[in-house]
Amino acid sequence: MTTLSAPPSEAFDDVATARRRARPWRWAAGVALAVVAAQLAWFLVNNDRFEWDVVAQYLFEPTVLSGLATTVLLAVVAMAIGSVVGGLLAAAQLSDFAPLRWAATLYVGVFRGIPPLVQLIFWFNLAYLLPRISIGIPFGPEFASWDANALITPLTAAVIGLSLVESAYLAEIIRAGLLGVDPGQRDAARAMGFTPAQTFARVVLPQAMRVIIPPSGSQFISVLKGTALVSVIAMADLLHSVQVIYNRTYQIVPLLIVACLWYLVVVTVLTIGQRWLERHFSRGHTAATTSRRRTVSTSDGAAA
Amino acid sequence: MTGQPALRVLGVRKTFGDHAALDDVSLDVREGEVVVVIGPSGSGKSTLIRCVHQLEAIDAGAVYLDGELLGYERHRGGLRALGERRVAAQRSRMSMVFQQFNLIPHFTVLRNITEAPVRVHGRARADAESEAMELLERVGLADRAQHYPRQLSGGQQQRVAIARAVATKPRITLFDEPTSALDPELVEDVLGVMRGLAADGMTMVVVTHEMAFAREVADRCVFMEAGRVVESGPPSELFTAPRSARLRSFLARHHNAQPVPSTVESVS
Repeated sequence: MTTLSAPPSEAFDDVATARRRARPWRWAAGVALAVVAAQLAWFLVNNDRFEWDVVAQYLFEPTVLSGLATTVLLAVVAMAIGSVVGGLLAAAQLSDFAPLRWAATLYVGVFRGIPPLVQLIFWFNLAYLLPRISIGIPFGPEFASWDANALITPLTAAVIGLSLVESAYLAEIIRAGLLGVDPGQRDAARAMGFTPAQTFARVVLPQAMRVIIPPSGSQFISVLKGTALVSVIAMADLLHSVQVIYNRTYQIVPLLIVACLWYLVVVTVLTIGQRWLERHFSRGHTAATTSRRRTVSTSDGAAA
Repeated sequence: MTGQPALRVLGVRKTFGDHAALDDVSLDVREGEVVVVIGPSGSGKSTLIRCVHQLEAIDAGAVYLDGELLGYERHRGGLRALGERRVAAQRSRMSMVFQQFNLIPHFTVLRNITEAPVRVHGRARADAESEAMELLERVGLADRAQHYPRQLSGGQQQRVAIARAVATKPRITLFDEPTSALDPELVEDVLGVMRGLAADGMTMVVVTHEMAFAREVADRCVFMEAGRVVESGPPSELFTAPRSARLRSFLARHHNAQPVPSTVESVS
């Protein structure tokens, strides 16, 4: 009936006067969430088995803090070694020399395929398989040699195990990031006379980082939590330090809460760091016109 | 200085799988000359300048810049491929402008232009920046120096890319369909900048579909088809008296090159 638009002089529809649509399900969901939140709060506060006073008592206990330091250190070391090795593995997988590609693919397949817990126990028991570890010419003379039992402490086993797992995951993340860079960028860098190293460091990697950082951040978080596994080889990490206490006092729940709180604190800090890095590497990639984004990137530049 | 061409391409062959992208292509470019390469899509025009710039390895023949063989060195009476670093040094004496601009997105406009002079040619940053500002002035984008490429239109990006290409004072600048990715109304700005460079005596090889530009600016036109140079000569000859049937039919399909006698009118 009203197929033709009305002339402007007559009354016409103006969408600016339209009312908001009623969204009853949003109200329902809001109420449900509020009820659940209230119930949870009630549970946390009124259940004295949480023993919040015990939580407070042990939160800053020196052995707990030293366990926390071990956990963070292990995660950082595993991430650092994992990034370097993962980067090399990614380069190997993208190489045009086939044996290098095969070796890297096999490495990633093995260390990503075996559960980290199994790997940790395995490395801890390396001395059984390899009583002596030595440096020398393969099948030739040795220059130095160590007793594996002395070398493989819980710390070295933990570092080896976690780094191997990390490097395998990060290799895949880095490879995907490098593949995601427009080939035209590589052409442009080479056309400018950049050497392969300059092309990689100044043009390809910064762009790949945009793709690499978000999953690497998740990976860092998962290795941080993965460090809890090392408690099985008696490494004094955060979890192990609270276990030592509750084995003595039997206050299992409050001490686990101590550990949980610290894990959450560290993960939150990591997440904030990750967001900052994401913004840093999105320079020049944000939309042109939004002024909000632009203020962010200028404050970034000032911080960098 | 008299005899030697700035760029010499001799019997170059390049194959991708079974497909011969370049088949025995030879071309000399004298200093200060503007050579425009035309031809249908897939005729090997872009491959030719990518091979000149050593972005693609050639399978046969040779490319010389000022008499120096590119990409290879004489070794024990034969030829041996150069390492990437030395190829990069050879490349740095040429420049290229790409169809998709390929500005570095995380560098500002100014940084895009100064990066090669500073990092590759060892120029002082301050000098490189003041020269870059002059170039930006020239392409009409001095006020965009601190913008990021994504904040510019395609035509602006391509003008920045041209400024970047000439900032290193290359012996020769290669243009790979510089206006093909642009909106029609932005093409003229880019062609205007290129006309200015040609007038300054810059040695240029331009792959393009802009026939009017070819006619007006080229010292010499090269028509390629199926990986071969079919015909070459001054545009006045090539456009008005094409010798080969293939060039005739190619020109007939490009109205802006040679208005086709309109038999269409009488039909309709």
